[in-house]
Amino acid sequence: MEKLAYTFAAGQPAQGRTVTGVVASGDLEVLLEPGSNGSTTVAVQTSVDGYGANWTALLERVLGPGTLPAARIEINDNGATPGVVRMRIEQAFEEVRLP
Amino acid sequence: MTDIARLLQRDSFIERNARSRATALLDPGTMRELAGPFERLHSPWLARQQLVTQADDGVVVAKGLLDGAPTVVLAIEGGFQGGSMGEIGAAKIAGSLELAARDNRRGIPTQAVILFETGGVRLQEANLGLAGIAEIQSAIVDLRRYRPVIGVSAGTVGCYGGMSIAAGLCSWLVLTREARLGLNGPQVIEQEAGIGEFDARNRSLIWGLTGGEQRVATGLADACVEDDTLELRAAVARLFARGIPQRHRSERADDYLAALARADTDAQPMPADVRAIYTEGDA
Repeated sequence: MEKLAYTFAAGQPAQGRTVTGVVASGDLEVLLEPGSNGSTTVAVQTSVDGYGANWTALLERVLGPGTLPAARIEINDNGATPGVVRMRIEQAFEEVRLP
Repeated sequence: MTDIARLLQRDSFIERNARSRATALLDPGTMRELAGPFERLHSPWLARQQLVTQADDGVVVAKGLLDGAPTVVLAIEGGFQGGSMGEIGAAKIAGSLELAARDNRRGIPTQAVILFETGGVRLQEANLGLAGIAEIQSAIVDLRRYRPVIGVSAGTVGCYGGMSIAAGLCSWLVLTREARLGLNGPQVIEQEAGIGEFDARNRSLIWGLTGGEQRVATGLADACVEDDTLELRAAVARLFARGIPQRHRSERADDYLAALARADTDAQPMPADVRAIYTEGDA
């Protein structure tokens, strides 16, 4: 198991909190809460060691532009593929945007 | 309607995760989660063994209304560690059942549904998980004096180990055809007693002896429903309306043991033989 931590520039704090996914085989759990103004933090716990560069590249692609709301994100991963990781994160942002 | 059309229209219960199952069973808009993922009740034991934890430890506690009646749904997430019961998850279930019993003693008729999707105790948490399961079992026996405790196992994990005993203590039990209920899983039986006793690769044997349809036919469960959310919810509501059984299944243990003692164990019993053993004189 490996733990990784990231910080990205972001917009206004997210409205509300949500959880998407399950720590099932090939899946992950994303917990999203409002972050402090202007920055998003991501704490990753993953069952697969040695993929730090992939996590960095993927999170950079999603959160790097800094256009998404500021959030505190916790990821508990059980071997999800990058595509699944991205969809779960985007699902979480989509859910907090719903009224 | 063709099979394909029916398949596309159906709202599968099995495909839902634990949180979504709990929400679907309660009246729309009434679900409130207690001790939820943002409380961050991670298992303290899994991380020490280099295993990734889940923020709710694989158990969703949902309070709400079912057809207007106060209800707590305890949904086990089968995808996380095989739905295994660790210290935290088991304490969440036992504590909720104890609070529901206290509600009843104070005049609030809270009832409970437990969604069993579990292989039993979480081996990594050993005795703490077992102690938690024992607490769940005594809490079920306490609560069922006031209001029915309904167990549901939809699949695909099924319900095994100590949690199968908890399911046996429930007032009513609802299964689907995909669900399996048994004390030991097929592979455990094969490993311990040999392939002559039980062939764990023989799927028709497994479902024939321990599947939802067979368990209802032998009287060890009360309803076998399609994998359909509305149908399953209706079955649960129907059983709540029936109230507390005159005699709980677990109070008939001596009858079951007597029937089993009369059974011939020299030959491998087929599903029909087992039905005959359990329904003989309506055991």
